Order: sequence, then structure tokens, then C-alpha cells
Amino acid sequence: MSSERKLMSGNEAVALGTKHAGCALGVGYPGTPSTEILENYAKLEDCKAQWAPNEKVALEVGIGVAFAGTRTIITMKHVGLNVAADPLFTVAYTGVTGGMVLAVADDPGMASSQNEQDSRNYARAAGVPLLEPADSQEAYDMTKLAFEISERWGQPVILRLSTRVCHSKTIVIPSESKPVPQADYVRDISGRVMIPAYARPAHKRMRAKLAEIEEWNNAEGPNPIIGNSTKLGIIANGVTALHAQEAAPDAKVMKLGMVYPLPMKAILEFIDSVDDCIIIEESDPFIQTEVQAAGGKVRPRLERYRYGELDVIRVKRIIDGDDSEEAAPPRGKPPQLCDGCPHRASFKLLKNIGCTITGDIGCYTLGVLPPFETMDTCICMGGSIGIGLGMRHVLPEEQARKVVSVIGDGTFMHSGLTGVADMICNRPKYGHVIVILDNGTTAMTGLQEHPGTGKTLDHQPAEKTVSIEATCEAMGVDKVVVLDPSREMERFEQAVRDALASDDLTVIIARRPCILAVARDAKIKRGEKVR
Amino acid sequence: MNKVTNVKFAGLGGQGILTCTDILGRVVFDMGNDVKKAEVHGMSQRGGSITSDLRFGDKVLSPMISAGQADFLVVMGEDLVEANQYFLKDGGMLVKPSDFEVDQLTNKRTLNVALLGALSKHMPFSVEQWMDAVRAQLPERLHEVNEAAFMLGRGE
Repeated sequence: MSSERKLMSGNEAVALGTKHAGCALGVGYPGTPSTEILENYAKLEDCKAQWAPNEKVALEVGIGVAFAGTRTIITMKHVGLNVAADPLFTVAYTGVTGGMVLAVADDPGMASSQNEQDSRNYARAAGVPLLEPADSQEAYDMTKLAFEISERWGQPVILRLSTRVCHSKTIVIPSESKPVPQADYVRDISGRVMIPAYARPAHKRMRAKLAEIEEWNNAEGPNPIIGNSTKLGIIANGVTALHAQEAAPDAKVMKLGMVYPLPMKAILEFIDSVDDCIIIEESDPFIQTEVQAAGGKVRPRLERYRYGELDVIRVKRIIDGDDSEEAAPPRGKPPQLCDGCPHRASFKLLKNIGCTITGDIGCYTLGVLPPFETMDTCICMGGSIGIGLGMRHVLPEEQARKVVSVIGDGTFMHSGLTGVADMICNRPKYGHVIVILDNGTTAMTGLQEHPGTGKTLDHQPAEKTVSIEATCEAMGVDKVVVLDPSREMERFEQAVRDALASDDLTVIIARRPCILAVARDAKIKRGEKVR
Repeated sequence: MNKVTNVKFAGLGGQGILTCTDILGRVVFDMGNDVKKAEVHGMSQRGGSITSDLRFGDKVLSPMISAGQADFLVVMGEDLVEANQYFLKDGGMLVKPSDFEVDQLTNKRTLNVALLGALSKHMPFSVEQWMDAVRAQLPERLHEVNEAAFMLGRGE
């Protein structure tokens, strides 16, 4: 086995760790900063991966793989875990047969997300063990460890990453590789059908396993103690532990690798071994709350450091107990829609008409920034349609007739379809208008495919394409218009004006390919490598 | 004593910041250093400001370069100096396009590699080591134009 050192991103390291753990199928939904895990995994020899239309479906496919007795990884970003939360809570009860790892990437500081939620809360809420690597070597090692823990206890395991771990490159020395376990279905109805009668004992089984895992984490979990000072002790997790080691080279640092269930016995012993103990963690006071509840004597948390990323200087401030205002960095240039992006014409038009736009998640979210400033709301994937419907239902006529839901093609596949179903059934009095900005790709996260592009993860043709217009018509939309927003501006404007004036349910599909996808496809055609 | 060198790159999405950080990363990696490279991309990629951090030495802990900690700050445009100056430590080195004859670049897209040439004058690596890294990180059809850009930036 090669022990060659490599310079890898955290995402590449998770991909390689997954291969070396012996995984039968990787499945996920693209979302910054998690996207490159599956893309890199798919490029490795004999590794099979596919995008799912959303994170819930991705997790369900993964559950099928793990019930069939072999190994699977499911990848998503933190907000994607909200979408997948429904199956997550129940698969924690049923457990799994083959190893199942959910790689979930958090985004403290919100480099490209709509919130900075802390996925560790899901581990506690659902009762799912959670590991947290600090760099690429640990990302590689802990991916393999996560599969081992998952199979040993028959439970799903979350591998929590963060932007700094996903997108930082550090050195990795790979270790040995395992073969993919053969899938083999064994029926276990009472174990997997969660009717209340079977779910009640399943919940108790899950808690018993968690107690065993906590014991293991106390005795031999991945929680090294660095240094031997008896004065200052620091408990930290993930990349934060590296900041802490650098900020306080003389301190004794307990570097937590498994953050749920916490190795509480080992933590309390650590606290007793130092005069003064401080917990340093990014985002929510997760470890802090648990440790204090267990009676651990640690310094109180400074609320200011819940917000944004930590770095060495901020960690030094925490150690110094400095709760003073922090200097704001100079403002950089915000991102913008590309020159030549077809969404530019669409937003200009909608702004001129004076629409109230319930928006969604994608490149087109940038339509909220100057010069467009055309988006009134943006909450979550697919949210544009439901929020638009709610407004249409209750606003007075003049205002209701201005409301337009704007959504991209990838987001429509992810969670727009159910919004359309609601629109058909619970029809607002003055109808509704959805504009689908169809650029034929999932542009924001780096041009991934989805069921509407008719291509699979490796950009090769799928057997069939899901037609957005045929789907809308079949669902019962009154009027579906397809046009090119750059070439047919007059027709576009007329279509929007007609739709707003009528009581119809109208879907306008503004279709023109993303200029970046066109360039990428030309490269593929020339036989050049694409990232 | 463990000495860590901090190099911060700053520019706009699409200017090749990540590529030139990867090239320097390759040079120092090939020499056996511990290396950490941190970047933020995604939404910030689309024409907005981005920075990329490269730290190397015997042992690197945090992957990020905090304010006032950069030994070198490489900016892709004169107009980016002001917004990023706060990363530079006292006595740190600023590398910017006006350090060389930027209008002599045959291809504007090679500005990132030309800046590496300007940076290379202050670093203890040979031209050959840099060229190996340029060739390893870029497709073959771009080798010649980038080698020329590097030498222009270096002033040779």
C-alpha cells in the first residue's frame, strides 16, 4: 500500500477515505462547501456516485444501500441536513446493516449560505454519533473510522466538516484500503418498519448503543491530549483545536474528534487536571452546554464568538477574556451575476414591470444585489413557490397580482415540484405566476447535473430527461410558456404582463443555458479535462 | 524554532487566485515542508473578492492567516491594496502588478503567474522549482505563455 504524502483538500481526503473504506455507492446533493466530495469520489477508480434531486432523496437512497448490507456515503451542506432530517431521525432508530456515513459541511461565517446553523445539534437531536476532523489527514482517517463505528454498532454516523476543513489543502498520508462488502438483503421487518409498536423498542436500542459508543469514546475515542500544563486547559474541536494550539502553545489542549456522544468522563478528568479550563468552539455552545450540565467547571462562554469563523487571533482574544468590540474587516467587492448571464435580462424585465419577487436559492439569488435589487424574499430551497402562494392568498388584489415566484431549474427539481402541486390544489383567487430561470445546470455550486438536464454526475447522457414543461402541464398548470430571455424580450414581457393580469396559474420557463456550462461542455467535447 | 511563512493572495473571482496559490503550494510541498492552504469559494467565486492563504514551514497548525500576520501579500490589482493591507504584518512584503512591466504581458490571464514571478525574487526557491510547479498545475498548451509571464514578473 502506498504511503506517499499528498496535498489534498478536506473534500478530496473524504473522497479517498471513502474509497479506501470500501463504499458501494456515494450519493448526495451539491452544496458549498460539500460539493467536491462526491465529484472527487466519482473520479476515483471503481467508485460509483450519483446526484439525487435533493438531500432527503439522497439519504433515502443511502438508507437502501445500507439496509442491503453494504457501505454508502451521503454528502450535503448544513442546510441540506434540514431537508434530510425526516429520514435521519428514523434511520437512527432502525440502525443500518452496512456502514453509513453522512458527510455534512457547515459554513460558519456564511461564505455562501443563508444561515450558519450548527449540525452538531442534529447529532444530539437525532441521536447520531458525530465525528469532526480538523484537517485533511483527519478527514481521511475519520471517514474510515466513521464507517467502522457505523458497522460496529449498526448506526449511521455524521462526519461534520466546515468550510475551512473542506476547502483547505493539507498533507495526507493514506493507509490501507478495504474491499467493498457484498450487498445481501436480509429481511428484518420489526427492525425496519417504524410503526409505533416497533419504534418504541427501537428507540431504547438506539439509546443503549449510544451509551456504549460514549464508553468507547471515553476509553479509546479520537480525542488526543496535547501538552502537559497544569495551569491552562483548552477543550476544542475540529479546526478550532488547531487555532487553539497555535494561539496558546503552552496550554494543555484536549482535541475532541468525536463530539457526540461526548467523552464526558474523559472531559471531566481533563478539567480536574488543570487550574483553569476553557472551551473553545465555533458556532453554538454545544460542548459548553453539555459540560456545564455535567457539572464541569469551565469558564463561561463569551457570546460574541458564536458569530462567524474563529481564527488564531480571535481564539487569543477568547483566552484573554477579551469581550471588546472587534474591528470589522474592510468591505470587499460582493459577488455578481456573470457578464452575459441570461438571468440579467430576466431580472431587468421583472424589475421594470414592478413585480414582488419571492426568490430562491441559486446564482439568481445574486439578483438581490445592485443593480437589480429585485428579490423580496429568500429563505430556503424551493421556498419561493410556497411563500409566493401565501402572499397571493392574503394580500389585497392590487398587491397580490404583483407576486411572482422566481426559481431556478435545479432548485425546481430539488423542492419546487411540491410547491406546484400545492398551487394546483390550493389555488389562490387571482392565480399565481412562477418564473423558472432555466439555465440547464446547477450553476451556483459549480455546474452540476440534475434530473432536468438529462445528464448524470459525470455529465454523460442519462436514459431520460425530466421535462419541466411537461411536468407542469401534467400537474395541472393552466398555462406554460417557454421562451429565451435574451432573444425574446418582448414575448417575455408580454407573457409576464398577461399572467399577472389573469387569474390563471402560469409557469413561464425562461430558458437559456448558463454561459459557464456552455464553455464547460465545449471542453468536454474537445476531450479536455474539466474539474 | 518552528518558522512558518504566511503568504496571502487577494483578488477577484476568476483572476486565477486559487491556481497561483496551488503553484506556490506545489513548490513548498515538493521541498518537503508542511503546507496548509485555505480558501473560500462558492458564491464568492462569481466576480466578488476572494482571498487564499498559504502557510508553510516545519509544522503548520491553523490553516488561516489572521489580520496582521502575512509575511507576503500578493494582490491582483492596485485597487485591491487598500482593502487587504490589514493582513500584512509590520515589515511584510507587498507584491502588486506595478512591481513589473505589466503591459508587456502577452496574455492578461497570466497576471497571476507573473505575480508569482515577482514574489519569487523574495523567496529561496530556484526558477526550475517554480517552473516544475507551473507545469504540474497547468495544462500543456498554457505552459509557454505562463513561463514567459513568470519570467516577466521576475524581471529576467
